[in-house]
Amino acid sequence: MRQVLSDRKAICIFLLPALILFVSVVIIPIGISFYFSLLKWDGIGQGEMVGFANYVKLFTGKTSSFWKAAGNSFLYAAVSMCIQLPFSLLLALILSNGIKLENFYRNVFFIPVIISTVVIGQLWMKIYNNDYGLLNSLLRSLGLESWTRIWLGDKGTVLGATFVPMLWQYVGYHLLLMYGAIKSIPQDLYEAAKIDGASQTRTAVSITIPLMKPMLKVCATFSLIGSLKIFDLIFVLTGGGPSGASEVPATLMYRTIFLKNQYGYGSSIAMFIVLECLVLSWVIQRLFAERAKKGVSL
Amino acid sequence: MTRRTEFSAPRLPRRRVRVSTALIQAGMMLWTFLCIFPLYWLVSFSLKDNTEIFGGNVAGLPHNWLFTNYASALIGAKVGIYLLNSVIVTAATIAITCLFSLMASYALTRMKWRGQKAMLQFFLLGLMIPIHAALLPLFLVLSKMHLISTHLALILPYTGFALPMGIMIITGFIDGIPRELEEAGCIDGANIYQIFFRIIMPILMPAAATVMIFTFLQSWNELLFAQIFISKENVKTLTAGIQSMYGQYQTDWGPIGAALVVATLPTLIIYLCMSGQVQKSLAAGAVKG
Repeated sequence: MRQVLSDRKAICIFLLPALILFVSVVIIPIGISFYFSLLKWDGIGQGEMVGFANYVKLFTGKTSSFWKAAGNSFLYAAVSMCIQLPFSLLLALILSNGIKLENFYRNVFFIPVIISTVVIGQLWMKIYNNDYGLLNSLLRSLGLESWTRIWLGDKGTVLGATFVPMLWQYVGYHLLLMYGAIKSIPQDLYEAAKIDGASQTRTAVSITIPLMKPMLKVCATFSLIGSLKIFDLIFVLTGGGPSGASEVPATLMYRTIFLKNQYGYGSSIAMFIVLECLVLSWVIQRLFAERAKKGVSL
Repeated sequence: MTRRTEFSAPRLPRRRVRVSTALIQAGMMLWTFLCIFPLYWLVSFSLKDNTEIFGGNVAGLPHNWLFTNYASALIGAKVGIYLLNSVIVTAATIAITCLFSLMASYALTRMKWRGQKAMLQFFLLGLMIPIHAALLPLFLVLSKMHLISTHLALILPYTGFALPMGIMIITGFIDGIPRELEEAGCIDGANIYQIFFRIIMPILMPAAATVMIFTFLQSWNELLFAQIFISKENVKTLTAGIQSMYGQYQTDWGPIGAALVVATLPTLIIYLCMSGQVQKSLAAGAVKG
């Protein structure tokens, strides 16, 4: 048996197809991206090695729209964590508490998750349409003519207007993860709490939420990373406009590389996205670890 | 669950319980409505013409059901071709991802060699990497190999990025298979390939189904690669195709709506047939965190 399982030729045959594809599509391109980010290169002819000049330009350049884009993605992250997650948690707590139609609600709330972001973007673009969209029509029929806006074309409303579809799409996903975590908590804990006369709110705060901390960490990481690398929805809804008001790093990277042909500079934005995702998901891990420790000492 | 409400019932006056339950149900109904109404609205305007949409019937059912919108989307706007391309790309991606991750997972967990743990970690590293990082290098390499605007230009990157998730899901499942099965096969004189393909693979099918659904949603809905690696209209997949269609049909809502419905229908059908399985697949991605 041992001999059969350490057959080198078989190991190679099983492993190599996946390994070769993974390395050539995922790993090597990242190395190349880093190399590109050190070049001044328009994609034609040879690039010129400029060291970290692209990064310097990215972080300190006067005309750089980078900080606006990075700021927007942090704003999305903050809003997702402060609005989307608590809302999903509330729904998950209600659903797992055994209300009527529990499964129906869960299945329906999950529908937006599986729909393509392109479809969702196109759909919401129609909802926000200035003249015939659902939102403005609704406002007009309620006699609130003065509330109507060019939602996606107004610098003041565009960020809010792009956030709503994002919330709408992913609440079901976080809800499902949290619901699963709640359902895996042993029932006898709740019965003990009932005997002690704890109210439902008290039970949720003292038992359910602390015990689902690992899943809350996962959800926080997902909504942070998801916001930092968001592309599809913004690209479809606004393309980063009006005049950069809803720009995020990924749309900026897309325009810099494929529309302005600044291959080196664009690659430095790509590297920034990768690094910030890695660093910040590490930070979240640490933050939750710290809190868990404190919880124990109390 | 029911037992818990029995416990709490005596603590609260009956009527208060009923009022708060009613409020909660109302809230849940409201969110249900908000989840479904945009989709209903999409289907309804995909069946209307402009005079009806812009003439005041914004949210009602269409007065006459205009299925010609679907005809003009599928044939006139090439959505039929986009659909076919999406099917080809997604099917190939799913097949290759499943086969490769099944084989690699077996080598990574059951076979004996030095460095297999490190190699597994190396694959799982891929879970953290955003696709943006590989965009430009892949584009340049694919151009050099004259693969731009072919199905392979999407199948290869999609598979490469789907492998870490596939391997994570399957390796988690393999541990539960008793070793006796392989030993019995070995004693019966089966070689390693027979053991894998005849004994192990059939047992791994539930895990493979999870990987399939996950990979399906990822590649069916992907936009960034599809937008950049395909420039010929006839090779575009649904997501990128609809984006390019939008420019032409900006003021003609019906056909766009029809295209959006066509793009969503396969996913929705799969979800309605096996919602539990789909939810499990997407939640599986979070287990490791």
